[in-house]
Amino acid sequence: MSLSANDKATVKALWAKISPKAEDIGSEALSRMLYVYPQTKTYFSHWSDLTPGSAPVRKHGKKVIGGIGLAVEKIDDLFNGLLTLSELHAFQLRVDPANFRILSHNILVVLAMLFPDDFTPEAHLALDKFFARVALALSDKYR
Amino acid sequence: MVVWTDQERAYIQDIFSKLNYEDAGPKALQRTLIVYPWTQRYFASFGNLYNAEAIMSNQKVAAHGVVVLHGLDRAMKNMDDIKNTYTELSVLHSDKLHVDPDNFRLLADCLTIVIASTMGTSFTPDVQAAWQKFLAVVVSALCRQYH
Repeated sequence: MSLSANDKATVKALWAKISPKAEDIGSEALSRMLYVYPQTKTYFSHWSDLTPGSAPVRKHGKKVIGGIGLAVEKIDDLFNGLLTLSELHAFQLRVDPANFRILSHNILVVLAMLFPDDFTPEAHLALDKFFARVALALSDKYR
Repeated sequence: MVVWTDQERAYIQDIFSKLNYEDAGPKALQRTLIVYPWTQRYFASFGNLYNAEAIMSNQKVAAHGVVVLHGLDRAMKNMDDIKNTYTELSVLHSDKLHVDPDNFRLLADCLTIVIASTMGTSFTPDVQAAWQKFLAVVVSALCRQYH
């Protein structure tokens, strides 16, 4: 399910709109992932506080959403653009790729909450495809 | 046996009490057909689904969205026995409609997103957790009679 020129344009336009709130989005999405899908907490047993909106969650949410921003920049060549991140996730973090889908869903929920008018069905479609491609690129080096 | 806390029951009842079935149902189904276009395979008799505009203005899609939400209403009114409440619906989806159960999850996700967009920040992580648990139980009940 590759990204058409229209998908890419839609993603970039939506990103431009939402990026001022990027940190809030990252924190909120990560909070929900940890809370609604508790199995995801297994990757963060080294954190002091896994509750929604806690300091480690905010800090990490910022990092993750920064990664998404990078992916938007590299939208025309995700596999090369996210190579370093893929190696990180493959060899060090070893996050089961099923969790990428879970995080994507929570980002979409947060966008629906914060930007109900901009998160149209067409924007939803483009972003869902984009996150699927990002997940594929991130898991590229896994095996 | 599904165990519901009082808090979870309250959250679910609250969502349904504030939900406009005639608005959310159509929106959720439209979104499913647009974001996951392969789901259109089940709606060949609905006429024009060629693009997002056609889907959003399609009367049959809108009507069916309302039907789906009334189905969920039944689950909400029988929260302690969704499994048995949905026996016939499950047989219907399996034997007559031949719906791949993965599609239930797709529709559930789209409905969650529609509800998030209407509730805004009152759709807290607690509420989201309760709501998604409810939908997971519904989906499981719908899958139960598949063979």
